[in-house]
Amino acid sequence: MDIFLQQLVNGIVLGAIYALVALGYTMVYGILGLINFAHGEVVMIGAMVALAVIQVLVGSGVPLPGPLIAAVGLAAAIPVCMALGYAIERIAYRPLRQAPRLAALITAIGVSIVLQNAAMIVWGRQYHSFPGLLPATPHPFAGATVNDLQLFIVALAALIMAGLLWLVHRTRLGRAMRATSQNPEVAGLMGVNVNTVISLTFVIGSALAAVAGIMVAAYYGVAHYFMGFMLGLKAFTAAVLGGIGNIAGAMLGGLLLGMIESFGAGYIGPLTGGFLGSHYQDVFAFLVLILVLVFRPSGLLGERVSDRT
Amino acid sequence: MIRVSVTGAGLSLALTLLLTACGQQSPSSGGVIRIGQVSPLTGPQAHLGKDNDNGARLAVEEMNARGLTIGGVKVKFELVSEDDQADPKTGTIVAQKLVDAKVAGVIGHLNSGTTIPASKIYHDAGIPQVSPSATNPKYTLQGYKGAFRVMANDVQQGKTLGEFALAKLGAKKIAIIDDRTAYGQGLADEFEKAAKAGGAAIVGREYTNDRSTDFRAILTSVKGRQPDLVFFGGMDAQAGPMAAQMRSLGIKARLLGGDGAQSQEFIKLAGAAAEGTVASSPGLPLDKMPGGKSFADRYSAKYGQIQIYAPYAYDAAMTLMEAMVKANSTVPAKYLPELAKTSRQGVSGPIAFDDKGDLKSGPITLYIVKGGKWNALETVGGTAAAAGKK
Repeated sequence: MDIFLQQLVNGIVLGAIYALVALGYTMVYGILGLINFAHGEVVMIGAMVALAVIQVLVGSGVPLPGPLIAAVGLAAAIPVCMALGYAIERIAYRPLRQAPRLAALITAIGVSIVLQNAAMIVWGRQYHSFPGLLPATPHPFAGATVNDLQLFIVALAALIMAGLLWLVHRTRLGRAMRATSQNPEVAGLMGVNVNTVISLTFVIGSALAAVAGIMVAAYYGVAHYFMGFMLGLKAFTAAVLGGIGNIAGAMLGGLLLGMIESFGAGYIGPLTGGFLGSHYQDVFAFLVLILVLVFRPSGLLGERVSDRT
Repeated sequence: MIRVSVTGAGLSLALTLLLTACGQQSPSSGGVIRIGQVSPLTGPQAHLGKDNDNGARLAVEEMNARGLTIGGVKVKFELVSEDDQADPKTGTIVAQKLVDAKVAGVIGHLNSGTTIPASKIYHDAGIPQVSPSATNPKYTLQGYKGAFRVMANDVQQGKTLGEFALAKLGAKKIAIIDDRTAYGQGLADEFEKAAKAGGAAIVGREYTNDRSTDFRAILTSVKGRQPDLVFFGGMDAQAGPMAAQMRSLGIKARLLGGDGAQSQEFIKLAGAAAEGTVASSPGLPLDKMPGGKSFADRYSAKYGQIQIYAPYAYDAAMTLMEAMVKANSTVPAKYLPELAKTSRQGVSGPIAFDDKGDLKSGPITLYIVKGGKWNALETVGGTAAAAGKK
């Protein structure tokens, strides 16, 4: 039972991170019908920028408390990622908005490759260790352990998601976003500045990505230039699982995927008598993607996109 | 019909001419001798790959400084480095690239997983290959005359690790994790054999890959089996975060690793959780190596901190080049017999090959992390003492 509980904890923390990244995919898809494959790289840039700032602060020798240093890193990474998200949309996607969808998709993959290689040039090819700035005091309960960092990740993710739901459903900007997602032409006629709304969607999604990037780096203690690739694919899977374009779906999908992976890797060995082992951990995510696409293409909570798709 | 056949004949004639022209280009032409070096220069093992590259480069530069003549021609060695990304598929592509570039010999690859498939390509092209760090036994068991390594293989290392774990670390219940690469899996299998033979219980066998940083799920299931030792067959980029995650999950068992984990990078990535980790590395500790101190000085003056394999890459390159000097030829068929007969004092110890191409009597040293540094515990096997006499 304690092992089960521990896997549950692992799954929830992993799931919270997936959910945060999945939101970026789903918001862009909901509005543009575009799968922004560069989103995973924005997560990576967020982690790397924060790490660079943190390294300078730690190296300066000024005795600052760890959480403050982490907060400064976060405060630096968020605007950088927001600017990056804005630039990606403005430079790579906006000129192609009327083009066939395949062109935009290929461009997205291209942007992803460009960002990954740029990061490799800037930050080098090695793993960077992310200093343990946040307290990771373990709290044992019922045979499992949860540490401060894990609690913090889940709490912050929940707070951000609640804020996002409020933004989308309770504010003027949110209404404009929902209108644009239903029909950009009509929304435009009603006085919504569609370009601004789309830009803001990218900016918000990228800010979430920056937060997720720092969470991943702090949680695993490492950051590297290709960390965004697999994370992006998994988060995309989470978004599809929940129903792409659906914000609540991305949250649910992220959490579910985190738990599927955690339990899958933990229990597949004993369950199959050693025939399949825990190296299938990454396979679960994509197995889920295939099953969802075959049996419920609109995801668990259903797609919420306009008839343009 | 006739026209076609004429064209065909003309084409084949042109091709023959072209091929002959290419064939005449011997590796020693122009006095520049190209030597290939392959290691992962990008990805999670880039720091190790660069380490190998630097080690081989230092050897080439020192050799060039001697101003050698081979076969009556003043020669200059040129290192051609390729990036195999630690990926077997890429490994064969760059191997073919080196063959096409007509290198006289190859230093590499770093990983067993890339070395083994690439060795067939070098063998078919008749190019000798000395790997600094591929330790999977299969590499030299393929019957390729030109395949050598300057490091003890995993049969020796896994056995030493297994015996050490039982005798000195007092392990009774052991969990094993490997990264599913030829190196990690091979080492873990050999370790498992030795541990089982010694009477230890293997309570869990888990797997990850050489790109992952998330081990919480498998470590949690390992925790449930309550091992007193966790063995990891894989590289430092995984071993580091794994040590940290073991600590955060409250696993008290000691982490034991092979040479892939025995680097400075491991300590950097694992942080405080590195303390108490034990890992082996074929060869002697750098300060006990016959030429270790002087090598470390020369290396760090140019490239900074040594990771793991730089001394071996240096030895591999030196061994290859000295065989060419001895044979007074850079044609593979001519210097290969000299390479096989090598008996020289390398930085890492005496270098001589058995008939398979394995290093004769390679010692293995065990290290423990104490105070944020690797400290040598003991050296097992090899002819460390005898080496001093020769």
